[in-house]
Amino acid sequence: MSVDSPPRFVLASPESEFYWRSGADGRLRIQRCGECSRWVHPPGPACPFCHSRRVGPEPVAGTGTVATYTINHKEWIPGFTPPYVFAFVELDEDPTVRIGTNIVDCEIDEVEIGMRVEVLFEPSGEWHVPLFRPAEAERGGGT
Amino acid sequence: MGERMERRAVISGAAQSDIGRRLHRTGIDLTVEAALRAVEDAGLTTADIDGVSTYPGFGGSFGGAMGAELHEALRLSLNWRSAGVETAGPLGAVHNAILAVATGLARHVLVFRTVVEGSGGPLRPGSGGGGGGGMAGSAGPFQFMIPYGAASAACWVACYARRHMHDYGTTRTQLGAIAVNGRANAAANPKAIYTDPMTIDDYLAVRMVSDPLCLYDCDVPCDGSTAVVVSHRDHAPDAPAGAVGVNAMGTAIRGRPSWDQFDDLTSMMMRHTAASMWERTELTVDDVDTAQLYDGFSWLTLAWIEAMGFCGKGESGAFVEGGVNIGPDGSVPLNTSGGQLSAGRLHGFGHLHEAVMQLRGTANIQVSGCEVVAVGAGGGPETGCLLLTKGPS
Repeated sequence: MSVDSPPRFVLASPESEFYWRSGADGRLRIQRCGECSRWVHPPGPACPFCHSRRVGPEPVAGTGTVATYTINHKEWIPGFTPPYVFAFVELDEDPTVRIGTNIVDCEIDEVEIGMRVEVLFEPSGEWHVPLFRPAEAERGGGT
Repeated sequence: MGERMERRAVISGAAQSDIGRRLHRTGIDLTVEAALRAVEDAGLTTADIDGVSTYPGFGGSFGGAMGAELHEALRLSLNWRSAGVETAGPLGAVHNAILAVATGLARHVLVFRTVVEGSGGPLRPGSGGGGGGGMAGSAGPFQFMIPYGAASAACWVACYARRHMHDYGTTRTQLGAIAVNGRANAAANPKAIYTDPMTIDDYLAVRMVSDPLCLYDCDVPCDGSTAVVVSHRDHAPDAPAGAVGVNAMGTAIRGRPSWDQFDDLTSMMMRHTAASMWERTELTVDDVDTAQLYDGFSWLTLAWIEAMGFCGKGESGAFVEGGVNIGPDGSVPLNTSGGQLSAGRLHGFGHLHEAVMQLRGTANIQVSGCEVVAVGAGGGPETGCLLLTKGPS
């Protein structure tokens, strides 16, 4: 399946702007605490665990696992042509970092809970929207 | 167990406006209709009303009408008024009214919830449809779902439903039992939107919306207002239709307040909310004669059934399958007026109204000897509940 550049309606906050810009260099970044090293998502003004204000974006591998998903058969927003997959992906660095996304570059019926996925980015205006596709090993690609 | 302040309050009156798909009436018009009926039902006049409480406290198709609009429309003289969306779900308006009465700030609080979603426009980012409460277009937590076309609570709830199916073997046939049960009960409700018979085969054949949720897993938007009067228990003997006691209320929001970041993808905040209700009562789940549990989406009802403890974690699918346990003659008659899937999306207040009717013995499908009703409303991080009794608790 592919999501053919639907309207992305990104409304970033000062805390989240880095997340939506991160893909400019091809890397996904997640907020991390400079004191206790915990990953924080969605990003906020302080670490919710130790309350340190020393939080900032840090690159992650961009790989994870599909925790769950839905196949939308309704065009919830004009331009999102059904069917399309909305999924929650749990990142390898910390499975409590759960990211909403579309799963692309595969058939819809290939998507399943537990599927290994990797990030890619779709440029949308000033933003780089993180999407996920089956990990290279699952796609059977690579050498 | 120490004193439970909520037991100082009773529900002395309850009523609804006309309910329909496209009534083309304003939210405040419907609200006034329900409010005046509820006040009369409580054996009161508007001069007795000294408090107003509502959810969410704004207009539009989701909000319906503001508390101040009712205040002005009936020229009430109030000692206390409250409205807000950051409550334990829509029943938070009832919780607040109970607290106002229990603390003596008010004696008779008019509580309402109005929706005009049946006449509303199409869903757009920022329109606030379905669980977003108007936040969908903000830079808040929904910013991580809207860019992916997940603009409706249907998309988010579907993700939980699928994980529940994956982890516990829950099937669509089991999920469908909620919708089929609601439709069968709606047939006896003259205000219900959909009353044509529905079989499980009809359910399985209808189109998907957000797989695994099909059209019949999603409630039906409508126009309508529900109003109740929360009074001090001293008024109970003078409530002509019979006062309903408040035994316990559930308000806890102990997990992350998020549709997408809750720690368990097979349950939602009602897990904590229901637990907090049981912590406040000597009654147990075995005392419940009927349950009115939110069905904005059918899977939410499964989550409420587990949260309330009618079955174990992950067992709700088997519990509801075939509809016997949840039917009018079952161990836990469920959503006896049809719920939101068939009777209309009154945002939990249809369930509350039905609970009052059951405890008065005047429901369309009456559970015999009904003395205790559990009411739970909301989904995601916005959930609240009440344990109500026949007469003051």
